[in-house]
Amino acid sequence: MRRDLALHLAVIAGLAVLSVLLPPYHHTNTARIMLLAVYAMGYNIAFGYTGLLSLGHALFFGAGMYATGLLMELGDWPAAVALPMGLLAGGAAAVAVGLLALRTAGVSFMIVTLMFAQAGYLLVMYFTAYTRGEEGFNLARAARAIGPLDLSSDGTRYAVALVLFAVALLGQLALVRSRFGRVMVAMRENEERSRMLGYDPFRVKLIALGVSGLYSGAAGAAYGVMFGYVGASFVATQFSILPLLWVLLGGAGTTLGPLLGAVLMFYLIDIASGYTTAHLAVIGVALLVLVLFAPRGLLGVVRERLVRWLP
Amino acid sequence: MLRLEGIDGGYGAVQVLRGLTFAAAAGQVTCVMGRNGAGKTTMLRAIMGQVRVTAGRILLDGQPIQQLPAHEVPRHGIGYVPQGRRLFGPLSVAENIEVGLMTRHKGAATRERVLDLFPRLRERLDQRSSTLSGGEQQMLAIARALCLEPSVLLLDEPTEGLQPSMIALIRDTVLSLKAMGVAVVLVEQRVDAVLSVADRVAFVTGGTVAETCDASTLTPHSAQFARYVGV
Repeated sequence: MRRDLALHLAVIAGLAVLSVLLPPYHHTNTARIMLLAVYAMGYNIAFGYTGLLSLGHALFFGAGMYATGLLMELGDWPAAVALPMGLLAGGAAAVAVGLLALRTAGVSFMIVTLMFAQAGYLLVMYFTAYTRGEEGFNLARAARAIGPLDLSSDGTRYAVALVLFAVALLGQLALVRSRFGRVMVAMRENEERSRMLGYDPFRVKLIALGVSGLYSGAAGAAYGVMFGYVGASFVATQFSILPLLWVLLGGAGTTLGPLLGAVLMFYLIDIASGYTTAHLAVIGVALLVLVLFAPRGLLGVVRERLVRWLP
Repeated sequence: MLRLEGIDGGYGAVQVLRGLTFAAAAGQVTCVMGRNGAGKTTMLRAIMGQVRVTAGRILLDGQPIQQLPAHEVPRHGIGYVPQGRRLFGPLSVAENIEVGLMTRHKGAATRERVLDLFPRLRERLDQRSSTLSGGEQQMLAIARALCLEPSVLLLDEPTEGLQPSMIALIRDTVLSLKAMGVAVVLVEQRVDAVLSVADRVAFVTGGTVAETCDASTLTPHSAQFARYVGV
């Protein structure tokens, strides 16, 4: 077995073992982190591997969450059908944004994606009759089930989150190890040179953004159903910044960086907020230290200095 | 056959190429010489669709290509190795080659042919390309362009900054490509390098080809070198 695949399977196995070892508080947190890591993986595909610095990914996460949530809440769709719709909604939103935003680059791309995300947030506010605006809405416990699987129970929620995480992680590994994955990296490294080898940058980046949107949509849909809440805070600007921070912290362009970044940031906020209401200042200092001493993120440094084969 | 007829073009409002006419034939090495700023690199970039052409035609085997999107030009069989190599640093040698193979759907046979030209790269397939020496990086840049199996190969100062053994290796590669029937367009500043491989030499000045000579009529002391290159 290839060592990179073995490493990823070991991480998944480790998370499976943790499900029986962790106390309830951390058990729930870990399920939450696994879903956020799926979101971060989606961001990593766009930013870490393709070089698309988006500030609008909350729109894709929110598209998945609201598509699934509204179909269940207003249309009485079963979760088993509404969840894949959330995934598709995330991908479709990303492609729609990409068709316009990818005509720009650099700072302009950041601003355009930010504006799209803000438009998504305002849509949620505008259609308050359906979305219940800032307040959001809860999904009925009875509806949060796939067949016999009760997604509101801790054990099932953890198991389903782990399955989604495992599929996303192995999918990401397969993607970056594929020929298209090499082209994504080539595009990130030198778009002009890639074009001179016959690649259409717009097409490559649109596909990458679409896949990124699928990940984000899947994470948003699953998060809404498993934790029973759909709210506007998940479409707000802050939720576009978070995956960027997770990926930067863990290591952009590394497959396990998003998980590591999400874990560290989640617990950094969790612990710091126990000591001070200015916990975001602590996060800011941590990020400054990171940028100064490990600009490639933690796993980026590990790959550079210790484990060259780390994908 | 690649042919440029009366090309005008440049960057935004700055016109660099002024009625440039140029031809490169299959199985020949056509060198392009001129002072810095004469328009040599701009000419190559115009062929590749990277510079806006405002007048004239670029013909590949009689078909106009100047209207093609830039990413379509390599798919028609024109390879380009720009100045400065520009590899995909984090990718290994094998991965850089793989990226080169994909757009024209070339496979293992092409890969083997390319690696036969550069045995040193075969020994370093798993090495990250950013860690190669300058000469090896240039080999890889050329190898990657050859993965397209181009009928025309544009090389922009490929020996710049290389040690003599690497320069000789690149010269041998150019001659091998010529023998394979590739039309090689080589931008080069060094007279000895030009005279060792060229069939024809085009002298560029002020954005146009001022003179084209058979290489056999030139010596290191020919007046054209002093007039157009300043050596």
